[in-house]
Amino acid sequence: MSAPLVLGIETSCDETGVGVVRGAELLADALASSVDEHARFGGVVPEVASRAHVEAMVPTVHRALEAAHVSLAEVDAIAVTAGPGLAGALLVGVAAAKALALAAGKPLFGVNHLAAHVAVDRLAHGELPGPCVALLVSGGHSSLLIVPDVTGDVESLGQTIDDAAGEAFDKVARVLGLPFPGGPHIDAAARDGDAQAVAFPRGVVRDAPYSFTFSGLKTAVARWVEAREAAGERVPVADVAASFQEAVVDVLVTRAVAACRDRDVDHLVIGGGVAANSRLRAVAEQRCADAHIRLRVPPARLCTDNGAMVAALGALLVERGAAPASLDLAADPSLSLT
Amino acid sequence: MLVLAFDTSTPLVTVAVVDTGGHVVSEHERLAPNKQGELLAPLIHAALADAGAAPDRLGALGVGLGPGPFTGLRVGVVSAAVMADALQVPAHGTCSLDAVLGPAGGDCLVITDARRRQVYWARYDEAGHRVEGPELGPPAEVADRFRGAVPRVAGAGAVLYRECFADFVIDDDTLYPRARTLGLLAAERAERGEPGGVLTPMYLRRPDAQPPGPPKRVTPA
Ligand SMILES: [Zn+2]
Repeated sequence: MSAPLVLGIETSCDETGVGVVRGAELLADALASSVDEHARFGGVVPEVASRAHVEAMVPTVHRALEAAHVSLAEVDAIAVTAGPGLAGALLVGVAAAKALALAAGKPLFGVNHLAAHVAVDRLAHGELPGPCVALLVSGGHSSLLIVPDVTGDVESLGQTIDDAAGEAFDKVARVLGLPFPGGPHIDAAARDGDAQAVAFPRGVVRDAPYSFTFSGLKTAVARWVEAREAAGERVPVADVAASFQEAVVDVLVTRAVAACRDRDVDHLVIGGGVAANSRLRAVAEQRCADAHIRLRVPPARLCTDNGAMVAALGALLVERGAAPASLDLAADPSLSLT
Repeated sequence: MLVLAFDTSTPLVTVAVVDTGGHVVSEHERLAPNKQGELLAPLIHAALADAGAAPDRLGALGVGLGPGPFTGLRVGVVSAAVMADALQVPAHGTCSLDAVLGPAGGDCLVITDARRRQVYWARYDEAGHRVEGPELGPPAEVADRFRGAVPRVAGAGAVLYRECFADFVIDDDTLYPRARTLGLLAAERAERGEPGGVLTPMYLRRPDAQPPGPPKRVTPA
């Protein structure tokens, strides 16, 4: 059998993504984002995101098929993010995928969003070896996983117990008067700053060596900034941004490298929107090299939520002969990995 | 020509296949609050199978555009938009309240549940044409506005808030939009050669999100 042609739909947060792949080959990655509509609210508003998904769905499917130069009739399967994510947003994608599957008579596959963040790297760097450790960091999730095989059960090693890493960037950006989403703006501001200027705390979760906590860090930054303001001093935005970013990156990479070492795994995949952070990439490269771990980070465009990652995992499921989902597939906001 | 229609704007997930001769060929319905996402596609599949019709034999689609609770409503609207586009047939959207009254209805208010102690309502004349609405409001205000002017109320919202509508004749048997009615309306429009339009859900409410104020201080002032 030739490599399966799969269309993937992603609507777990604020991006309407429709991707087309042929096996591990990326053919199209169409995206409509409602991020600008959320900016004035300082975070993703679920109802705004869900409305935007409805509006964007048909045009985004069109753009994906056009860019891939294929027709719906040629597609072998439809894949869709079943969870985890925002309930109302997921529901729009799942309904759309079922409608496509029904209309075109195609098998339907519901996939796990986190597993898709890992599987997407097959489009960039070839098949994933098993097992690998995955660090997934975005505005919606921060998890450390061990992945024996992305089409099978994935084991969660740890996750954030409060804010997601991307959320911490958003909140600290607000404290520093930088726009939403905070990640790229903090990254840019930090380039001119001294990462050692302020020793912000590295949060530890008791009895959970691979879990994250960012709310204490966020509060520490706010307290430090307020103290400067109260003293009538100028706030050194670049230094604060760099020091905050260093604390987040240090925690993320330290936990990920420890997980690889403890589990005797020599491949680390990093995904999610925060994987676009330049300091995270640099520190991960350095420490993985030191620890003889092979680091795999998809290109930034494939790190953020997109439809190609769903199609990439869907294609892998088709290749492995997995059974399709039935038409009563439910969107599951808290879908677990196993 | 066969027309597939459905509505997910209320707890009744309703699907029908009708023909342009005005016949209901098949119909599948389930009353299941908050299950629109799971139920719609299997019910469509069943209705098409009962009609002996592959999807590519459909000539048009009909769908209820609401108003209704948003999460369920979107399931029907996005499904119709995607299916119609994939099949390259027109999709005809209709206000869901228009599909509550059967052929005999008229001179009444149709009222459905909007949650949060509010209802969606529309007013229909004796011929069954919508003359006011759809709008959103508290049931007592709707009752005050039309008391003495409209004799009858129908729809699940009227039954739910029957204490507000004590001065009206309450139709306890006409509760939800029916896909068969949407299908017959869509079939008429398809026969007239009307093109399908972009399907926009009738929300009637803004997303309730407030832009944040300045960041909260963490140190006592
Ligand atoms: Zn994600």
